[in-house]
Amino acid sequence: MTSTVQSTGASAPPAGSRPRPDLPPTGRKGGGGNRRIRPGRIALGVIGIVVSLIWVFPVYWMLNSSLLPNVVLQSTTPTWLPFGGSLDNFVAVFSGGTFLPALGMSTAIALITVVFCLLFAFLGALAISRFRFRGRKAFVLAVLLIQMLPAEGLFIAQYKLMGSLNMLNSIVGVSIIYIAAVVPFTIWMLRGFVAGVPADLEEAGMIDGLSRTQAFMRITFPLLAPGLVASGVYAFLQAWNEFTVALVLLQDNSSQTLPLWLRGFIQASASRATDWGQVMAASTMVAIPVIIFFLFVQGRMTSGLVSGAVKG
Amino acid sequence: MTTQNLVLGQADPPRPARPRKRGRSTPYLLVIPACAILILALGYPLVWQFITSMQRFGLSQQFGQPPEFVWFDNYVTLFTDPYMWTVVARSLAFCLVTAAVTMAIGTLMALLMNAVHTSVRITLQISLLLAWAMPVVAAMTVWNWLIDWRRGVLNSVLTGMGLDFQNHNWLANPLSFFFVAMVIVVWMSVPFVAFSIYAGLTQVSTEVLEAAQLDGATLAQRLRYIIVPIIRPVLAIILLLQVIWDLRVFTQIRLLQDVGSIASETNLLGTYIYQLGVGSSDFAMASAVSIFVLVLTVALSWFYVRSMLKEDES
Repeated sequence: MTSTVQSTGASAPPAGSRPRPDLPPTGRKGGGGNRRIRPGRIALGVIGIVVSLIWVFPVYWMLNSSLLPNVVLQSTTPTWLPFGGSLDNFVAVFSGGTFLPALGMSTAIALITVVFCLLFAFLGALAISRFRFRGRKAFVLAVLLIQMLPAEGLFIAQYKLMGSLNMLNSIVGVSIIYIAAVVPFTIWMLRGFVAGVPADLEEAGMIDGLSRTQAFMRITFPLLAPGLVASGVYAFLQAWNEFTVALVLLQDNSSQTLPLWLRGFIQASASRATDWGQVMAASTMVAIPVIIFFLFVQGRMTSGLVSGAVKG
Repeated sequence: MTTQNLVLGQADPPRPARPRKRGRSTPYLLVIPACAILILALGYPLVWQFITSMQRFGLSQQFGQPPEFVWFDNYVTLFTDPYMWTVVARSLAFCLVTAAVTMAIGTLMALLMNAVHTSVRITLQISLLLAWAMPVVAAMTVWNWLIDWRRGVLNSVLTGMGLDFQNHNWLANPLSFFFVAMVIVVWMSVPFVAFSIYAGLTQVSTEVLEAAQLDGATLAQRLRYIIVPIIRPVLAIILLLQVIWDLRVFTQIRLLQDVGSIASETNLLGTYIYQLGVGSSDFAMASAVSIFVLVLTVALSWFYVRSMLKEDES
């Protein structure tokens, strides 16, 4: 699943120690030696703006179309700005009756995935970053390799498995697959966070009379909160966006997740005139929570994927 | 296969005969939940798939007949089937071209971010982030709308520029279908590449670059002898990840096929497996193709995994 769960990849580094392509820029890259060549710099700036506009255009077009009535969208000349737009499309999609069940389905699956994935991955991360044990290396290797496995290479077998367990079209069935698909990356991501909290801190607590568990719960755990939040958001996004496994396991119309629900609009567009305004409103509703969460978590994800390669 | 065995080996580790201290067994207890779910959801299917790929599993088996064990017959059938080779070649070509284009644009974008004024850079970063954050299915609906042959904005603009694109169907011809798919995948993947390379570029010290410039090094020379060597590790890993990810573009292809194109002419490995398994219930052949995809991915991933292991050791 890793296909959407496509993003797959690696660790979060100990907080702050590595360069992160976070949004807030560090500002130290003002352009070095280029500052003297004014005209060139302005030309580059113009190119930069044009490229930004091109890249963001599909997102803008989604929002723009979602606000326009179908009559306007059906005209041969495109309407570039949503003047005179309304939220009617959103209302229509919302009251269409299929959105809320899909939303419920997606939310349930995503929450189950987040909770169990965090729990399992946290324990696993603890094992590999706080203990040296026989088989540790094999475990780390397995974690790294599994996260690269494509959903497409396994979905037929998972379909048969869930069929034999009577869990096709069930929330639990899909969640099991999602947890397994996300746990490896989450272990790897949390490993970095756990390793970032020095064991000395815990030992100091133990000298002061706490038990090992107490020391862990009172000292290390609070320091790990940001890591757990980031990993949780990551797991949520994967489960929320996943398409491939859902397509195979949830073939019943009454058990669609949001991506499958959206796909229904695409399929319909092949055969009959589509109300693109509503489709874009639907897409917007699926995308908004993701965009918000994503902005929150992305810095950690990139740095995790390539942290080994960037020399800190 | 290997992976799963490793996990299996992990699950019931040769527990040191009655650990003396409680602490000895703790790590094993900690990894049990993770291992259990991995074995259930990945390990078992993998083993099933491996066995099934060596059985004949057709319609009669659907009605309860026990499958016949045929060893590697399915693989022989598969690899003597010219259609399979067409799909493999298509997948590899799509994957390599897309990865190369993504890397080229991503690198240029990172260099651009590095060269422009802060305000321009932030504008660039925000639009890249928005593109990156789009859920893949939502992105596909938008792109389907952009290229819609009746009312899509792309055709309108091209027609407005005096070209004849009125009612042009971009998905009808396989070559144009894959071009569209490539554009979409590149659009989605460039942000990750650009951000990662930009992060690498911030590692290049401005002092060194300025010194080189004072010594008369041209931009191309600075790029070639200073910047590229420093960011080479990042470039290598990102290229590898792109190749691996582009090999398994299922969602995008599937959703473009939905809009109308002949599936057999546009199948890549992922959609081919789907068609074999879900479409025609030929689980044996679907399993054989799946195993092939897994082996290919693991082989490609090996370099990535090795570099990550090094990080674990440090």
